[in-house]
Formats: sequence, structure tokens, C-alpha cells
Amino acid sequence: MSILVFAEHDNSTLKAETLKTVAAAQAIGGDITLLVAGHNCQAVIDDAAKVNGVMKVLVADNAIYEHQLAENISLLVTELASDFEHIIATALTTGKNFMPRVAAILDVAQISDIIGVESSDTFIRPIYAGNAIATVQSLDSKKVLTVRATGFDGVATDGNAEIEILEIKTDAGISSHVSDELTVSERPDLGAANIVISGGRGMQNGDNFKLLEGIADKLGAAIGASRAAVDAGFVPNDMQVGQTGKIVAPDLYIAVGISGAIQHLAGMKDSKVIVAINKDPEAPIFQVADYGIVADLFDALPELESKL
Amino acid sequence: MKVLVPIKRVIDYNVKVRVKPDNSNVDLANVKMAINPFCEIAVEEAIRLKEAGVATEIIAISIGTKSCQEQLRTALALGADRAIQIETDQNLDSLNIAKLLQKVVEEEKPQLVILGKQSIDSDNNQTGQMLAALTGMAQGTFASEVKIDGGTVNVTREVDGGLQTVALKLPAIVTTDLRLNEPRYASLPNIMKAKRKPLDVKSADDFGINLTARVNLLKVTPPAERQAGIIVESVDELVEKLKNEAKVIS
Repeated sequence: MSILVFAEHDNSTLKAETLKTVAAAQAIGGDITLLVAGHNCQAVIDDAAKVNGVMKVLVADNAIYEHQLAENISLLVTELASDFEHIIATALTTGKNFMPRVAAILDVAQISDIIGVESSDTFIRPIYAGNAIATVQSLDSKKVLTVRATGFDGVATDGNAEIEILEIKTDAGISSHVSDELTVSERPDLGAANIVISGGRGMQNGDNFKLLEGIADKLGAAIGASRAAVDAGFVPNDMQVGQTGKIVAPDLYIAVGISGAIQHLAGMKDSKVIVAINKDPEAPIFQVADYGIVADLFDALPELESKL
Repeated sequence: MKVLVPIKRVIDYNVKVRVKPDNSNVDLANVKMAINPFCEIAVEEAIRLKEAGVATEIIAISIGTKSCQEQLRTALALGADRAIQIETDQNLDSLNIAKLLQKVVEEEKPQLVILGKQSIDSDNNQTGQMLAALTGMAQGTFASEVKIDGGTVNVTREVDGGLQTVALKLPAIVTTDLRLNEPRYASLPNIMKAKRKPLDVKSADDFGINLTARVNLLKVTPPAERQAGIIVESVDELVEKLKNEAKVIS
């Protein structure tokens, strides 16, 4: 069997989640080809060639792929599709955006957000915000899948794959990129961080998120937020952890002033160790926390920072 | 311009779903149902476009059993002009839903189709993108801002690192994210008026599409339960436990 994996990157680095998606491909079993579509992305190509278990790296380096517009990327992937039984992307915003387009063009179903592989056609995925786990079997000859990276351990980067430059140019001509407004942060990505500290409605306002920053800096942690904190306008949506935001599974997740709605738990309950800081002893977050502390966060956070 | 808004009837987002004892699926008997929250945002966005004088007609559409008329009436009460129900008792996957919607798009020729980015039951996040592919339209997924400018729509999208704005040729597909707007509540007079707005019922069988499922649901199980841990008495104890017991910080 042959498997095509779409590499997630920003034209300068390969995202760590791709290593986990390749792990999912290995669980399916077969020859793995990694597709790098972007522009001026040599560093990504170098990274991609080192991914363990990858036989070949296909490169589509062209200005029309720079911003990975779904219209153009889906045409590229479908053009390559005849050589592969499985086409896989990471369930991040790029993959979520273009993959259903690929599936529809190929006239096959997509199976989204898989967290486990039972066999080459049977996969495990969460439904209802992770409150139920479905085992589903694809009846299509070609499988189009997106992978929830937190379900797999990333492969090593000790490989040496062959690189093939593609001469394909697929421009749908119906969409164009206008601008990006990206959050600049010295801290690790939410999806890649080993430690995440998140604030909820209990933070009271955006300024108080500074109380998390000192701790995040000491721990090398990323900062997240609950939907309540995002809805209240404390912080931008790209910090949202939950069913409709980012799904994280770090070694340590610290939930501060977060009550623990099911939609939030869906985004973090696979973390290895969960700490909850909340002044309400009845908050549902304590039911999933390994360590809880019933305290006013405005007392506990400065103390925690000083003791780390 | 005409705006088409497909909506889905789903379990109310406040209800915690339970898995059936025989693991065949989740148990939706006697569970409160509602319009999918992202679809509600889609309806609201269409209404705002109409209030701004950009949209002229809003058509809400839902695919399912007769019970989804309840959600279509909600959309009509909020401000949709008319509704279409495509009747089926099959639980259709996203591609088949998109194929039915494609037929409606071909017939109604909307300039804009606004959908929720995902439904909170199957959590697939597929239908809008699939409809865009089938109709050959551009797509602005996970939208936090939608601006129509002549023959173009500028969509600001929620992406992993922040926001991305794309320009799409109309007609186009938009899927909504949470921050696009805050949906209104329907007023009582509007709920009454909605009962008299047109609601067409069509049968899914009449569209001439092979609606065979491509995915078998083999089983549904509850997630592994996390055991509650311990309550520590002080920050000192917490730091000590994290260092020496959990060994997640040094």
C-alpha cells in the first residue's frame, strides 16, 4: 500500500504534528510519501527528508502554494491521488480546510480526526466532543483521513528520504491571499508544548493573563484559554483549548479559573497530568484533575510563580 | 443577492450524551435537540447581511426527518425568508449531504452559502468544504469576519497561528467560527410570523443521487474515564507533588 501524508509547515519549519501524523501512517502500514507544498520552503524540505519512515518527499514549490489555499492545494493533492490508497493530513486548520475538498473531488468520504488505527480501513475517532468514541470502517477504495496529532507519538527525525521536485501547477484562480495577522510569541506552540497553562473566566480580564505569563516563562509553557475567556474578549481565539479550538495533550496541563465545561475537557483531557486551580470546590474540573487546589487564583498564581 | 444557509438539528450543546449499552451508537431518545450552534451563527450572519442591504433573500435548508422542521422554523423566526426541508430518515454522511446541497445550489443559484464549520455531534468539519469542491466555488472556512465587496467576498479566517484573510470570487462558500457574531434571540411576534413563512418539503429520493453510506459505524464506546486525583492543601505541596510524584517539572 502507498500512503501520501501532507506536511504541515509555515514555509520555514515542519510542524511537529507532522511527525505524529506520519506515526499514524506507519500504524496503517505501507510506503509513506510526504508532500511539501509551499513556496521558498527549502528548510521544510530538509526537515521532511529526515522524517523517519518516509520513503520519498514530493515537493511542490510555487507561489500559488505559498499560503496553502484550499482551492489550489486540493487540486494538487487530487492530481497526485491515483498513486495512493491513503491520503492523510493533520487535523490542524490547514488540513481541516483543504482535505474535505480532496475527498469530494475524489468522490470518497473523509474520516476526520482519527485518534487510533485498527486496520488499514478501520479507524477510531471521537464524536460528541469526545464524549463518545466511534470505531468506523471506510468502504471507499481510497481513504481520505485527517489525524488528531495528540493520538499518536511522533516518529524520530533520523531518516534520509529521496526528494522529488514536482512540476505540477494547479491554480484554481478563484481565491487569493490578502493578509495574515499572526500572533507573535516567544513561547512554544499550544499544540507542541510539553506544558500548557490555561486561564478561564475566573481570570476576570485580559490583563490578568499576565499572571500566567511569569509561570509559563519559568516552565517553558504555552498559554491557553477556555472558550469562556475567549468569548469574554480576554484573549484571542487562537488560544482557545476545547472542542472547537485546539486539542492539546501535554505532559502537564494547568487549568486556572476554568470550571471544566465538557467542551473544554474535550480539548485537554488526554493530558498526562492535569492541575486545577479554582476557588469553587464543586467545579467539574476537579473531577478530571490529578492535583487540585481550592484557592483564589490571585493568591495562588503569584505564590506558584515564586516557588518554581 | 440570495444567501443559502444549511442548518443541522443536533443534540443541545448543554446535554452530555450517553452511549447506548449495546455500543451501537449514542442514545438520543428523549434528549433535548437544538439548531447546531455554528449553524445558528451562520443564520445570524445571513440576517446581518440582509440588514446591511447586501443580502436580499435568505433560504434556510435542512436535511433529515420531519423533526428538523423545528430548527427551520427557528431559522425563519430569526429572520430567514423561506425554508426547504429535504426529507430522509437516513443518517447521511457529509459527502451525501454536500451532494444534495449541490443540487439545491444549482437550482437556487445563491451568491453565498453560509454553513457552520462543524456540527457538535459528528464533529466532522467537512460539509462546507465538500460543497465548495462539488460546486467549484472558493471557500472561506472558520470565518471570523465576512465582507462583501462587489464580486468578491473577503473572509477573515481563524487559523492556528492567528488570523488569515482571503479574497474569494463570488459565488462562494463561507463556514462560520465562534467569533463571527453573537446570534440574537427570536422575539415572540417573529416566532408567530415564522409559522406562516413558506417551508417546502422535498424528498431526498427525488434528487437522483446514490446516497449509499461510505462509512460503517462499527461501534461506539464511552471514553476512558479519568479518575479524580487529590486536593492539595498548599502551593508548596502542589510544587512538591509535581516535582517528586508526577515528575513533570524539575
